[in-house]
Amino acid sequence: MSISYIPGNGSLVDSTESAKVMHHHVLSVLVENRAGVLARIAQLFSRRGYNIFSLAVAPTDDSRFSRITIVVDVDSAPLEQITKQLHKLINVIKISELDPADSVECELLVATVNADISARGHVMELVALFDGKIIDVGTDKLTVLVTGEPDKLDDFSELLSSFGIVELQRTGRVALAKLERQSNKLKNTTGRAG
Amino acid sequence: MKLTGAQALIKSLEMQGVDVMFGLPGGAILPVYDPIIDSPIRHILVRHEQGAGHMAEGYAQATGRPGVAMVTSGPAATNIVTPLANAYMDSVPIVVVTGQVATGSIGSDAFQEADITGITMSVTKHNWLVTDANDIPNVVAEAFHVATTGRPGPVLIDFPKDVANASMEWYWPTSVDMPGYKPNSRGHSKMIAAAVKMMFESTRPVFYVGGGVLKARGSEALAELVELTGIPVVTTLMARGAFPDDHPLCLGMPGMHGNYTAVTSMQQADLLIALGSRFDDRVTGKLDGFAPNAKIIHVDIDPAELGKIRRPDVPIVGDCRSVIEDIIKAIKSDPDAFQQRADISEWVGTVKEWQQKYPLKYEQPSLSGILKPQYVIEKLRDAAPSDTIVVSGVGQHQMWASQYWKFNHPHTWINSGGLGTMGFAVPAAIGAKVGKPDRTVWAVDGDGCFQMTAQELVTASMERIPIKVALLNNSYLGMVRQWQEMFYGERYSEVYLSPDLPDYVKWAEAMGCAAFRVESAEEVGPAIEKASEINDRPVVVEFRTDSSEKVFPMVPAGVSNDNIILGPEGLN
Repeated sequence: MSISYIPGNGSLVDSTESAKVMHHHVLSVLVENRAGVLARIAQLFSRRGYNIFSLAVAPTDDSRFSRITIVVDVDSAPLEQITKQLHKLINVIKISELDPADSVECELLVATVNADISARGHVMELVALFDGKIIDVGTDKLTVLVTGEPDKLDDFSELLSSFGIVELQRTGRVALAKLERQSNKLKNTTGRAG
Repeated sequence: MKLTGAQALIKSLEMQGVDVMFGLPGGAILPVYDPIIDSPIRHILVRHEQGAGHMAEGYAQATGRPGVAMVTSGPAATNIVTPLANAYMDSVPIVVVTGQVATGSIGSDAFQEADITGITMSVTKHNWLVTDANDIPNVVAEAFHVATTGRPGPVLIDFPKDVANASMEWYWPTSVDMPGYKPNSRGHSKMIAAAVKMMFESTRPVFYVGGGVLKARGSEALAELVELTGIPVVTTLMARGAFPDDHPLCLGMPGMHGNYTAVTSMQQADLLIALGSRFDDRVTGKLDGFAPNAKIIHVDIDPAELGKIRRPDVPIVGDCRSVIEDIIKAIKSDPDAFQQRADISEWVGTVKEWQQKYPLKYEQPSLSGILKPQYVIEKLRDAAPSDTIVVSGVGQHQMWASQYWKFNHPHTWINSGGLGTMGFAVPAAIGAKVGKPDRTVWAVDGDGCFQMTAQELVTASMERIPIKVALLNNSYLGMVRQWQEMFYGERYSEVYLSPDLPDYVKWAEAMGCAAFRVESAEEVGPAIEKASEINDRPVVVEFRTDSSEKVFPMVPAGVSNDNIILGPEGLN
């Protein structure tokens, strides 16, 4: 029906920043849902000189636990050392490193962009192309929302910037491992199950 | 049974087997001090909260049981941050209870409020703010569990005043439920087999023994392994006494002020078997140049230590004693492989030649001449019972004590290794003496250190804790002076303290101690004898020592261990 953006194929925007992304790793950290846990994690990163690229925290379906998705900049320290130090925190239950190839990632972006009468149509077209939504309308501005993989949002914000971004906010990515079930099914249907 | 939160806290400590605690009361902790009157726990009233923390550390290191300190909120809590940081660096199990303002006032900048759980997050293994009196037994059980298991370390319980006054129904948990804390103590059998294979192939192996062996109470197992393999041993500053200095295979202390043989054997080794040691910068010197041809077997209970500084060829996560025992079993299970192992006799011979050729050295000019600090340590050592506990502060005196004492029993050397806390000796010695009242406890201290915590001698006098203090008074912040002499062109900046201000003898006497002064070598022996006879109160012996004496050998900071300076003649 509508043309939408396919992340990662470079058909719309040539991603020259891909090298930078290589140094980022996504850690999905299951923690006890207690006061001060985020402070302990943030403090550990600061004290050991590790860099956080983005961070998202929310409770899980089990109210005893929260999940923190941390994108770390591994130029600052080896990932192994970061995870080992995180493991030493008493409130940390489990850490999984999520390989982008084996995980589903999502992030949310909201932006207010200049959109006078002449530009409005173009902005709306761009938002539609990225499967986004217009969530607020002003006389000469629009506030738009787009979700999806971080690369997609990078591309979107770059394209949007030509209209003049007034304010932009991203949530940082959340991620989960891809479901084992899918690959098993695939293995079964291709007869390569072992 | 209904108890107040305060009663529940004290009862929980009793349930944990606490027999002594070190502390000082104040506003927010007041309710908890009331049930102490009725408790069998001995409370030792300190004169400064830092003292309480170091006493708990000294107690823990001497006995192997967790030390307990309790102080009030705000400034008292911040005063105990240094001992927490010290215990964290040296993996000492202590449990610190701090008072806190009432929960309703937290965050309002109330009188004597400090965010001590926030402040101590990075210097405790874990900390707790108790907000419900019903949690108290659980929190205390968890705190002791965390402090004493895995890699030991300090924990802190912050205890608001209203929680202390609240009522709770007493219970005692049969187990702790901590889903995120499951320390692993058994080494992986595959890794142990790989380690044994590597040990058998090595022709120049060295055991690089750290404090983890003492924490694991692994000295006996280590002795058996060394006897079995014949591999030489270095014991780091934190591990002095883990293997007896008198043993022919003991090479002593490596590192910045280590002896030539210990340093050089590591440099030239083809295999370092690191047992509970952490490749500290004071041991490795310039990292690129450290033990360049050595493979590494690294045993540590803290997985984060493996590969933190140097990547091991065989990493083994586990408690040192358990892993050493498993290594012994693995060796004994394959006598053929043991028979065919590489010959290390040439290596051991080389090491022994170094020991002959490059011993520690200093010169005591004449018995009436200026007094050398090393001479004092040697005289003390020769006069003291062999199981004497030696406690030191930080600086030159610490290095001389570590170098010249002969540690032939585990847990007889207590010092501040990682953090390097000046003022550690006097309070830590008090804690050690409380834990081991039948042992002689000598604090070897410097004049700079002594002035930082000497007030705890009042505590020692009041509580009749007869420690002995050998004060090496060289009128300077000696180690800083040494660096200024060697690396700052003899430009002495703010290091002179004066030999007689304060008058240490009068000061010690004012604090209830016996005290005397020694100014020449010939007085040393008789003074020590006199000090040994006094057992009803603390003794301070002030030794006026040569202020120009420097600690050697020395590997200057940032330099490879190959460039060790053996003595003053090696300068320029």
